[in-house]
Amino acid sequence: MSLPRASGYFRTRYAQDTALLETRTQKAAALAFAAALAAYPFVAGPLALDLANQVLLGSIGAVALMLLTGYAGQISLGHAGLLAAGAFTGGILFKELGAPFWVTLPAAALVGAGLGIAFGLPSLRLRGLYLAVSTLALHFIVIHAGAEYETRRGFSTGIVIDPPRIGDWVLRDARAWYFVLLAFAVANLLFSLNLLRARTGRAWRAVHGREAVAEALGISVRRAKLAAFVVSSAITAVAGCLFAYYRGFVSVEAFSLYLTIQYVAMIIIGGMGSLLGAVLGTVFVTVFPYAIEAAMRLLGLADRLASVVFAVNYAAFGLVMILFLVLEPQGLVGIWRRVQDWFLLWPFKQRPLSK
Amino acid sequence: MQLAVNITVLASIYALICCGYVLIYRVSRVLSLAHGELMMLGAYGLYATASLFSGHPLLAVAAAAGLALAVGAAVYAALMWRMTGESVLAAVLATIALGILLRGLMVLFFGTQTQYPLRDLGWTNASFDVGGGARISAVGAALVLGTALVYGSLFAFLRGTRWGLRMRAAGQNPLLAAQRGVRLHGIYALAWALATFTGGMAGMLLASDAGLEGTLVTIGLKAFPAALVGGLDSLLGALVGSLIVAGAEVLLIYYVDPLLSDVVPFVVLLAMLVLRPWGLFGSREELDRV
Repeated sequence: MSLPRASGYFRTRYAQDTALLETRTQKAAALAFAAALAAYPFVAGPLALDLANQVLLGSIGAVALMLLTGYAGQISLGHAGLLAAGAFTGGILFKELGAPFWVTLPAAALVGAGLGIAFGLPSLRLRGLYLAVSTLALHFIVIHAGAEYETRRGFSTGIVIDPPRIGDWVLRDARAWYFVLLAFAVANLLFSLNLLRARTGRAWRAVHGREAVAEALGISVRRAKLAAFVVSSAITAVAGCLFAYYRGFVSVEAFSLYLTIQYVAMIIIGGMGSLLGAVLGTVFVTVFPYAIEAAMRLLGLADRLASVVFAVNYAAFGLVMILFLVLEPQGLVGIWRRVQDWFLLWPFKQRPLSK
Repeated sequence: MQLAVNITVLASIYALICCGYVLIYRVSRVLSLAHGELMMLGAYGLYATASLFSGHPLLAVAAAAGLALAVGAAVYAALMWRMTGESVLAAVLATIALGILLRGLMVLFFGTQTQYPLRDLGWTNASFDVGGGARISAVGAALVLGTALVYGSLFAFLRGTRWGLRMRAAGQNPLLAAQRGVRLHGIYALAWALATFTGGMAGMLLASDAGLEGTLVTIGLKAFPAALVGGLDSLLGALVGSLIVAGAEVLLIYYVDPLLSDVVPFVVLLAMLVLRPWGLFGSREELDRV
């Protein structure tokens, strides 16, 4: 994985090479963080809890996109389409068959995997820009299919979904949702971390680096690319289905191109090629509009700009994205690593080797 | 007959928008996904100059056109030159971010109301009989003529002038072109200026026809498949691709279902990507260079 961070720590066994947590400090920090996460819903207010839920939900999709774009190097602009596919699978199964969540979630994963093949097939022939364009086209087709369903079946304002229930217990409370979403997000993160250090993930990175060399190393480039699309799309569709349950409502309006851009912004702002980056980026992008609103209120502009809050958000979001692309292509993870280096090397100063 | 007129008008809309995509891509290998927003900015430029020079409509149009040129060059100078040498994804994302920024700023400055720049100029949108029972609106006719004019002059510019020659050279091989003394930044800025100018023209004409509002951006995005069907680096391809996409769209709307209008261009695009990813007239080695 990464280089050992602390001094005086040397790897002596292969198991240490692939361990997720290497040093005692890291383990202690992870434990403390887990405790903080568990305590969070009992401390936070309703808004902060909803924000945390949004972050957890978003992080599932962002990690999936990071696997595809950040690790396997396949550009996709169809992320909102996949989320929509998952959400609509849940909604349609619920409306037509009254299916419970333990049917809709796996069904969403299956639909996502199928769409992953559809999104991934162009990647066997196309690269870079052309691939991005083909996924963009698929996005519009998925959204169109969803809109068709809504109008044909008379749900033109959207599909209302009941919250999931087990026996008599209904998942409705925000605090309960927090733990469910946390479980999904952590499971997804661990699954992705494991996948990345296993053969599949190493194959993805090789394909990202250079396809011809990966082929020469005995990696089936086609299979690796398709696997990346299938895994990423299945996870994304599950995230979409969870989103539908969380909101209790599915409508195509929620899955515009802007949502795709937000997800892409998450992995850009977070930092390409890092799962930590995907999570940091999700936090940033999710909290950003609320921060803007708070800033506007602080400056006393809230009343004057009340009708155009979304425009202020758009402008600020575009500006921040540009600033990150131009000034900090490494994203938040780059900043985080520099901070870490600074403390590790203190009192010495280190210039990063690559600018 | 009316169908043929409709196809021609829609094809000219697409073609006029597409040549912006093609110009930028051909010269600098960057796909500008902010084109829809730049189009809209051009239309708002006309709206602003129309109220500034009220009573002198021709002056207002000329000022708006000049403004669009300047905006294009400014976009390159302020943002896109930093993206030269970065990865394809970074450059495309920069244009997407620019698009979001522009959309937000436009709402902040001009509001969300639908504007009618044609009325502000004091002109009306009459419709003519073109024979066979078909009618075409004045703006539609202006669109067809304007597209023909733009493509004619672009072909002449690229084939016949020194700057056109430099532009083609920079598109074919930037390194060699730079070593022969072509100033790449100037060329790229010129490409952005011309693309914004043509896109702005399309935006102004569309806004004159149907009013100026947020949906203009969607039309900009819908025109993109036409550019790709024809081949992203071929102006001739953009014309042919626009005809194909517009023809498919109008015929399918007429014979099958009006709701299809938003997806048809993208279905055509997918079909093209499967059959011939580099487009009808694009150059083939393109794909590996991206």
